[in-house]
Amino acid sequence: MQKLGDFKLPHFFNYPPYFTLQPVRDTREKQIQLWKELILDYCRTQKIFVIGLEEDFPLFSNSVIERSLSHEARQAFLSALVSDGRAEWLDKGHRKCLILWHRIQDWADIILHFVKNNGLEDSVMTVEEIRSGVESRGTELQGIDRTILMRALKLLEQKGKLAIFKGSSTDDEGIKFSV
Amino acid sequence: MADRFPPAAELTTSGRPVLIPNEIECSILSSVDLECDEIPSFPLLKSGIIILTTHRIVWISDSTNSAVAVPLAAVNHILSSKKGIKSMFASPRVRFQVSVPYGGSSRSAVITIVIRGKGDHEVFVSKFWENWRARAWENDDNSKDSSSSSASGPSSTGSGGLYSSEGTVRMVGVAGILRKEQEMWENTDKSLQEAFQDLNALMSKAKEMVMLAEKMRQKLLASTNSHSGSTNDDEVASKEEIQDWLLSVGIISPVTKESAGALYHQQLSRQLADFVRTPLDIAGGMISLIDIYCLFNRARGTELISPDDLLQACLLWEKIDVPVMIRKFDSGVMVIQSKSYSDDEVFARIRTLVTKPDALQFGVSASDAARTLGIAPAMAKEHLLTAESKGLLCRDVSPEGFRFYINLFPEINSEDLYLVKDYTVYASWIKATIGNRRK
Repeated sequence: MQKLGDFKLPHFFNYPPYFTLQPVRDTREKQIQLWKELILDYCRTQKIFVIGLEEDFPLFSNSVIERSLSHEARQAFLSALVSDGRAEWLDKGHRKCLILWHRIQDWADIILHFVKNNGLEDSVMTVEEIRSGVESRGTELQGIDRTILMRALKLLEQKGKLAIFKGSSTDDEGIKFSV
Repeated sequence: MADRFPPAAELTTSGRPVLIPNEIECSILSSVDLECDEIPSFPLLKSGIIILTTHRIVWISDSTNSAVAVPLAAVNHILSSKKGIKSMFASPRVRFQVSVPYGGSSRSAVITIVIRGKGDHEVFVSKFWENWRARAWENDDNSKDSSSSSASGPSSTGSGGLYSSEGTVRMVGVAGILRKEQEMWENTDKSLQEAFQDLNALMSKAKEMVMLAEKMRQKLLASTNSHSGSTNDDEVASKEEIQDWLLSVGIISPVTKESAGALYHQQLSRQLADFVRTPLDIAGGMISLIDIYCLFNRARGTELISPDDLLQACLLWEKIDVPVMIRKFDSGVMVIQSKSYSDDEVFARIRTLVTKPDALQFGVSASDAARTLGIAPAMAKEHLLTAESKGLLCRDVSPEGFRFYINLFPEINSEDLYLVKDYTVYASWIKATIGNRRK
């Protein structure tokens, strides 16, 4: 089976029509479904948070069968993810797309879980510490996209689970958990 | 007791009269009654189409698919119509006297043609006179006689002496045969040259040309049969091709605006329906309008029709009961297909085509499909697009071109992208692609 780095590609990745946006409705819906799953799978395993439409994205071309997705097709597949709530456009021109293989709500749950596991219920951490601290090493929070992390933290703040405050000396923000 | 008169005439499936050899239609009128008071058994023939040919008057019923025909040979006299105040208001009538077989002998009776429709009856009457006087049926008998006598050898021709009727010296033996052959060639050559001198000459020669074509076809047929053991395939193929060409010359009596008048499109429509059946069979049940336009006009010789007339004729098929129909694809391409033709059959063939190992891996183009299905590429593309819209195929557009693949999407599990069920097309596709890649 073909691989992209350590990612195992499904067989249909070598099916040329997979790379042409299908005009017939039923076929197209199934094609979009398959692309959504593959993009989410790939991003989850490779820890990719942002896809740039104009940049080379390994999944969007297949050198074995010499096919690549047109701009229109890329936009169609990512838009489908956006309308599912599994992605968000980062700009108005739809050139950068934030991929949410966990929804913001799920990320918030992961943070809570992380806090409980590490006994941090009443302590203070910086945002950067969550992303790259010793505690987060080996968890899904390691290297998380800052935008996503901030959105998840804000969601938790609204629920009263924590407070975000500006640090006095550093430009980093501090988190006071109160789970 | 009188025999059944007038005798029934044969009709084609699309309701056109079956013409006897060399018979040509001259004039057509609609809403015509045939009446005869003198024959008690004369059927009620009300409001039909009357077709005047060089040999017969054919009356076709509008409602039922039946027809009768009065041979012109039986006509004794055409009575000139009375002019008068009364005739100005009544429907025009044409009377003629025919001899009707009666018991063993015959008696004469007067038949009246009542023309209720709008057609030009004066033209009809003059054509009637013209054809009756021309006695085309007698020419047929003569030509039959002469051909049979020439076949049976010189002894039976005319005087049978040393001089032929033209006064040339009759040759005997091998030299005579050779000379006769040469004369035949010269005559053929002459008629070909005359035919192409100008279009008028060609028109008057059209019938002879058709006969010549038919004769050449018969000869070819005979020679292929006699040499079938020794000739190679190439020769047979080329002969078959020539035969096809000769066959495509050949509507002796094309429906024209002149002969059919107001009924032109309707009659043309029926003639076309009869004509398309052979090419349709060869093409596998569907043929593009452009192809038919070319074939039909070639068969008509000089009486060419416009594309618009062809379309009109095809559109009229909906209203008359014929075994063919016109179909418009989504792309606007129009084709003629027989009513028994079904898309399912084509889809089955396309499915077989795209599930071959090579096609699984590389797909098929319109021209591949055209070759396999034996149809024009434009038509093949229509079929492929229809199959795509039905979900049978899907497309691949790349710098290499536009190709179609069997649609695997429905078989792929979106819950588990890596799942491949056994005995699916997806499984055989994987087998085909991996198998080929290893080579």
